[in-house]
Amino acid sequence: MSVDTATVAKIASLARIKVSEAELEGMVPELNGILAWVEQLGEVDVTGVEPMTAVIPNQLRLRADVIDADPLTGGGRRDAVLANAPAPEHGFFGVPKVIE
Amino acid sequence: MTESTYRIQGATGDWEVVIGLEVHAQVTSNSKLFSGAATAFGAEPNAQVSLIDAAMPGMLPVPNAECIRQAVRTGMAIDAQINKWSRFDRKNYFYADLPQGYQISQLYHPIVGEGSLTIEADEKAGILEEKTFGVERIHVEQDAGKLMHDQHPTMSYVDLNRSGVALMEIVSRPDMRSPAEAGAYLRKLRSILRYVGSCDGNMEEGSMRADVNVSVRKVGDELGTRTETKNVNSVRFVMQAIEHEAYRQVDVLESGGKIVQETRLFDPTTGTTRSMRSKEDAHDYRYFPDPDLLPLILEDAFLEDCRASLPELPDAKRKRYIGDLGLSAYNAAVLTAEAETARWFEVLLAKAAAAQGKSESDVAKQTANWLISDLFGALNKVGQSLEDSPVTQEKGADLLALVGKGTISGSIAKQVLELMLETGDTATAIVEREGLKQESDTGAIEAKVDEILAANADKVEQYRAGKVALFGFFVGQTMKAMAGKGNPQVVNEILKTKLG
Amino acid sequence: MTDLTDLGVAAIRDGVATGAFSAVEVAEAFNANVAAAQDALNAFIVATPEKAIEAAQATDAKRAAGEDLGKMGGVPIGMKDLFATFGVQTTAASHILEGFVPQYESSVSQKLWDAGAGMLGKLNLDQFAMGSSNETSYFGNVISPWKRPGSNAQLAPGGSSGGSSAAIAARLCPAATGTDTGGSIRQPAAFTGISGIKPTYGRCSRWGVVAFASSLDQPGAMARDVTDCAIMLESMAGFDPKDATSLDLAVPEWTAALSADLKGKTVGIPREYRVDGMPAEIDAVWEQGIAWLKDAGATVLEVSLPHTKYALPTYYIIAPAEASSNLARYDGVRYGLRDLPEGAGLQDMYAATRAAGFGPEVKRRIMIGTYVLSAGFYDAYYTQAQKVRTLIARDFEQAFEQVDVLLTPTAPSAAFALGENVDDPLAMYLNDVFTVPASLAGLPAMSVPAGLDAQGLPLGLQIIGRPLDEQGVLNAALAIESRAQFTAKPERWW
Ligand SMILES: [Mg+2]
Ligand SMILES: [Zn+2]
Repeated sequence: MSVDTATVAKIASLARIKVSEAELEGMVPELNGILAWVEQLGEVDVTGVEPMTAVIPNQLRLRADVIDADPLTGGGRRDAVLANAPAPEHGFFGVPKVIE
Repeated sequence: MTESTYRIQGATGDWEVVIGLEVHAQVTSNSKLFSGAATAFGAEPNAQVSLIDAAMPGMLPVPNAECIRQAVRTGMAIDAQINKWSRFDRKNYFYADLPQGYQISQLYHPIVGEGSLTIEADEKAGILEEKTFGVERIHVEQDAGKLMHDQHPTMSYVDLNRSGVALMEIVSRPDMRSPAEAGAYLRKLRSILRYVGSCDGNMEEGSMRADVNVSVRKVGDELGTRTETKNVNSVRFVMQAIEHEAYRQVDVLESGGKIVQETRLFDPTTGTTRSMRSKEDAHDYRYFPDPDLLPLILEDAFLEDCRASLPELPDAKRKRYIGDLGLSAYNAAVLTAEAETARWFEVLLAKAAAAQGKSESDVAKQTANWLISDLFGALNKVGQSLEDSPVTQEKGADLLALVGKGTISGSIAKQVLELMLETGDTATAIVEREGLKQESDTGAIEAKVDEILAANADKVEQYRAGKVALFGFFVGQTMKAMAGKGNPQVVNEILKTKLG
Repeated sequence: MTDLTDLGVAAIRDGVATGAFSAVEVAEAFNANVAAAQDALNAFIVATPEKAIEAAQATDAKRAAGEDLGKMGGVPIGMKDLFATFGVQTTAASHILEGFVPQYESSVSQKLWDAGAGMLGKLNLDQFAMGSSNETSYFGNVISPWKRPGSNAQLAPGGSSGGSSAAIAARLCPAATGTDTGGSIRQPAAFTGISGIKPTYGRCSRWGVVAFASSLDQPGAMARDVTDCAIMLESMAGFDPKDATSLDLAVPEWTAALSADLKGKTVGIPREYRVDGMPAEIDAVWEQGIAWLKDAGATVLEVSLPHTKYALPTYYIIAPAEASSNLARYDGVRYGLRDLPEGAGLQDMYAATRAAGFGPEVKRRIMIGTYVLSAGFYDAYYTQAQKVRTLIARDFEQAFEQVDVLLTPTAPSAAFALGENVDDPLAMYLNDVFTVPASLAGLPAMSVPAGLDAQGLPLGLQIIGRPLDEQGVLNAALAIESRAQFTAKPERWW
């Protein structure tokens, strides 16, 4: 499968990366080169093979339902959460107005 | 199963509506699905946000066992398949209420598979008999944050308190055929969730909301194209949204148009739906298994625990009330619809039986009738609910015992109940104080009856000549003369004997 | 007195413990080296001399009070700028995180501070750990301290932990953290003549480490020798309830069990790693390695890992796919760069911010990852890659039925000059051909210096072990180290 300019533009839009026309033109052959290369995987016979789900045999551990048991994973720390915000507003994160 | 008779009469013929619901139910838990931040409603903005919920660099999710347990219990309550192997996937999209840029959800391997839910017949609503609807799946996922648009002229504000709260998405099959069926499904689902305790079902606070999928077709045709109306937050609104959407689609189709598969919004002030432009660009969510989370494997012991912790569910309870307690189908349905009501009733029933030295089944009818027609009515009048009723089960049982033992009549009991609500006193105290004890003494009643018959000799004659309807008149006169305190049974008997 | 900056982790720790020198003296010496090399090598994005001194003072005070100094007591280290450090800018070498000051400390760095280590600064790296030459950092290339004789060409320190490898090789720090997604510890270690170990996936917590590809990312230790790596890894590893993929296992005392005696051990030589066009010198150093391991008492056996050639393309589907999602959080809303063009709406802000904030290689990988996950392509690319990954892991499993460890070259060449591969992403990706398979299978793997090529540049050998057998890896590496007697170090030209 190879991608054209329109497809690359669509991917860029899905990925929310603004690209200029010139960048777009440059990306097309680059992505096609990489895609052509990874497509060799298609030749591997994977009949009856399950996709990998865990690299090391291990299963999901669940945690107890306790509020703020660890300050690193708990709430109640608005200052820390907002410390790096580009536009903090009265305890909120400010973003350009969204019209729904 | 009979087909629904709900039809939309169009210019070109009758249309059938096909409805499926995706209900998002907030899982009752102290902390969020993947972080330790609290879930309580109404906190200051961003006060209940962890570094994980804010998607700080390097933060990782660790699932909350309670949320998993509640989802499993919910699945069990609708007889669904529980998947011992499930896993979390990422749904990728960009929005300001979604800090990670993806929602952790379950697409490929949900924790709960196929189940079903049954609603009762409701002739008034056009549901002629009991119906069973398929539930395709229940999966566990994160809620998003909240955007506020009216606080600033050029900015929206983001509050992440809800971000990461656990939701169950309960996806029905497109089995419903009328707004009433959808409403009944939602009410029944909410009832089950409350019984199970996995969601408080509080739609006003957003802990339960529905995405409504609607399509229309000519009876017998293939499924039509559906629209999805997002986040409708009351049973009534869901029914309105379906109705509006169905009529809109019929209009579009009959005027030669096509239905576009799209996301729509419901406007509660107008009862209409409209296209949601901001989410209209064709979404490609790029779902893939969340590499931060391993497969979720449920052990048998865990499942047994979940099963053992399930309460008696509304359907079983209703059947038991009818079969074992001898309640009418109507009363049984009313008492079991809400877990709270059934719980209240069962305590009352135990106390009422004890107070009268009888078995529960002996006093069940009397107790149920009193609760439904007397107490509910009285509470309604004063705008109170069972939860804050000044008449406790203890006090109710006392009142019922006074009736049961013949100390007061049913009509006096209504007066006593009103006084109980006003004063908070016990029935026994009120009856004593107000002298409301019922007169069962045959001699005293005979004397009154004699007086009445003597004073109404003409009517006695008419009665004896065959105008038997006058019997009620004599009962009424006697009771009036006794200020309502005559034992109606004794009054009846004496009147019958005397009138011959 | 010996130059303190020539000492490794064990020597510094022991010297501080015995009072041969103070921790503050050590910190000062390394601080001076960091400052002196910054303009030439650009190994650090931020130097934190005060943090190093502070930790050293604490160690010295503990010693005075007769308290335990910890496994890394008095040892100043470099911290790859992928680890979140409380109150110290953490950027992943990206413009999009410039100025981001975490209000939290990564689990691994916290463990190191708890073990008595101090921080010299945040080390430069390839942007979001995407690269093999350290040419993708927003904060400029890291320059290897090594030079080809008679040439002034700037060489690559390897990547993505290129700041770490350059700093250790140049004696700016005795040890540093690295992270390894497809070879990002091992390849730079090989390029700069140092040692580096990536433990079994799940040994070291990923909590607080800026994510690249979650199913592959694994923190590890980089230092001048095997013993130092073992000491550091012991301090970094361990169960973390905050990371759902963390292994709930006790940390073995690897250092105590170190042994270069390989009697009774079998070493596998994977046939498929003899790739076409491999430089003769690489082949020679590999042969030399085999001889050393035999000399250490091991039996050597050729094994087959039939899906090896598919490892790189598998990696270049899975890693970008995960990255495209992991990097979605950099959107200008809650932290980091925000580019808000005049009149822009929310979605325009995202696109502008991410266009301005991510470098070309990061964008390239996000684009690839977005594409392979998109509707209609997911199964052909991503699912297929995860199936091939299963086969790659199975190859290792079968090999480990016959052998205890595998020996391979670490990289297909010695360090190349900066700029040499930068225009051809595929050529750059080939650098990781020997390191990626172990990453895909989550296996512990290590690079040790084995010698110099004809140009005098270091070459490394890689040991790959069974899951959880870091000990086997360290011991085999030690057997090589003790025979290679690698003492070369870059001439100080900066
Ligand atoms: Mg939905
Ligand atoms: Zn959902």
